[in-house]
Amino acid sequence: MHEYSLAQALVEHVERQARARGALSVHRVVVRIGPLAGVETELLTTAYDHVRVGTLCASAELCVGGEEVVWVCDACGEALPSGGGLCCPGCGLPGRLAGGDGLILERIEMEVAAHV
Amino acid sequence: MCKACGCGDTTIVPVEIHERLLSDNDRLAEHNRAHFAEHGILAVNLMGSPGAGKTAMLEATARAMSAARGLAAITGDLETDRDARRLRDAGIRAEAITTGSACHLDARMIHHALHRGAAEGADTLFIENVGNLVCPAIYDLGQTVTVVALSVTEGEDKPLKYPPMFRSADLVLLTKIDLLPALPDYDRDALAESLAQVMPDPRLLPVSARTGDGIAEWVAFLEARRAAHVHV
Repeated sequence: MHEYSLAQALVEHVERQARARGALSVHRVVVRIGPLAGVETELLTTAYDHVRVGTLCASAELCVGGEEVVWVCDACGEALPSGGGLCCPGCGLPGRLAGGDGLILERIEMEVAAHV
Repeated sequence: MCKACGCGDTTIVPVEIHERLLSDNDRLAEHNRAHFAEHGILAVNLMGSPGAGKTAMLEATARAMSAARGLAAITGDLETDRDARRLRDAGIRAEAITTGSACHLDARMIHHALHRGAAEGADTLFIENVGNLVCPAIYDLGQTVTVVALSVTEGEDKPLKYPPMFRSADLVLLTKIDLLPALPDYDRDALAESLAQVMPDPRLLPVSARTGDGIAEWVAFLEARRAAHVHV
């Protein structure tokens, strides 16, 4: 259940960013999680609900988006056809994962004083 | 509250961040990696299920490697220092990290262990991660080499069920092959196929810590990686 540690890292990260910008509170947190990131979105959301209590994120909605899995061949630069193996059909060399394992804090929406 | 006129109005502002969630861990992992490179230490992150034979592999490694070699280990478990004691008995300088409830080691724990001198004077540091096929995979520790121990009794389909663990591995040790006579249905081709679906460049080494089969090849793998690491 590493989602709990991840939720803690997420809230700490968001709080640091928000405080540095003088936020009164955080309204929304947007993250992107690839299907190969090894993270269960539902578990992360549950963990986030526990961790955010008493923080700047206390009432911040967590929005989780996905990303596409992309393997590329570094030799020819082509993307490998999806559903095939993990080797380039043209070059026969092992591919490299270029997308799909992302675990990214994309954006926060925070509440600040209107006229500073 | 508004500082200009005290009106109490607030506004919602979006801020683009685009940073990895684990960027703090990543930074410490890079710090550890630089430390390993500077001191010529081959750091091996050894992962696998509880009972996959990680500690037994390291005991066999110590038996096979020349006594003069500087082997050190950091072992991670929720409780007890049993693995570290076993490794010390085998001649490896070992320190235990008890994680309490954490299911994985992270770069900070390794960083602290390094400050306590866990790898001082060593040329090879084995980091025996918490027994778990899921969580340790997503935490970079700054290791030079990533190795997964998978025992024959776990079956052939584990790479398909736990892809992140196997995808990033440099080598998979198929452990306990001395048990294969008791497992007549075990299909090594099926394991190779499972690995090929999740590992772009699958490398599988069958070993037995009990009989010593494959241990010489394992030691040769470590020596080759160490030579490449030190001379790069």
